[in-house]
Amino acid sequence: MLRCNRIHRFVIHFTNAFILESTHMTELARKRPEFRNINALKDLPTYRLPAAGIVSILHRISGFLMFLLMPLFIWMFDNSITSEISFAKFTAAFEIGVGFVPGWFFKLLALALIWAYLHHFIAGMRHIYMDAFHAVSKEFGKSSAVVTLVLSLGLTAVLAAKLFGLY
Amino acid sequence: MSSVNYGSKRIVTGAGYGFRDWLAQRVTAILMALFTVVLLAQVIFTSGPIGYEEWAGIFAAQWMKVLTFAVIIALLYHVWVGMRDIWMDYVKPLALRLALHVFTLVWLVGCAGWAVQALWRL
Repeated sequence: MLRCNRIHRFVIHFTNAFILESTHMTELARKRPEFRNINALKDLPTYRLPAAGIVSILHRISGFLMFLLMPLFIWMFDNSITSEISFAKFTAAFEIGVGFVPGWFFKLLALALIWAYLHHFIAGMRHIYMDAFHAVSKEFGKSSAVVTLVLSLGLTAVLAAKLFGLY
Repeated sequence: MSSVNYGSKRIVTGAGYGFRDWLAQRVTAILMALFTVVLLAQVIFTSGPIGYEEWAGIFAAQWMKVLTFAVIIALLYHVWVGMRDIWMDYVKPLALRLALHVFTLVWLVGCAGWAVQALWRL
């Protein structure tokens, strides 16, 4: 598990898929295309990443996104708790906007943060569950990955509807 | 691996302290998850619409300030481990990687300072 966490690069997403598949190795499997020295532009679009691989790379992307948007997050925290006036500024950013930046843009940024948080949270809980209960079978890897994607995207959609005033 | 691992032959790439950070990332994750649950519970169990008073009131309690402070520090470490993993995986030139590490640290410490300042002004 140590290695699973440590080594996250694309190559591993690819090799993992092959190691998992290799339990069902037949002549048929040997004819599969081989991926060595993966070219991001040529090979990635044609490679079918398994659900667990999608969750894994999204875990990384969502973490990176939150790292970049951290000042926005703290700006919201700061303004929302400091005073009545700053709280009004905080809510106005979403309704009216700030300067030339319109409110819907802040709502989109907030939605990106919401998705990133939800995905990172659920995928992280999946990691911890796997570590704690040694739940590392191929079947659990796939089913829990699908659950992660359905939950994070579903909750994001619900909160998006709320954010844009659909209910 | 070469048998000589000192002087100019010493291997200095890689983290070299994997387990500590692996564990720290999980421990900090659990603390942040608990914080999320605690915060959500307070928002959900607040009666009536949440305005400034209700929202700031959640963070005004001393125990919540201490918990939030601990979470900010946990976040700092958690993100540092994660970002360093990303740079180690994708950025190979050592000078560029060092620059990105420094940028990450400055960014994170700056953000943490701002968050703590906002929290303790309350």
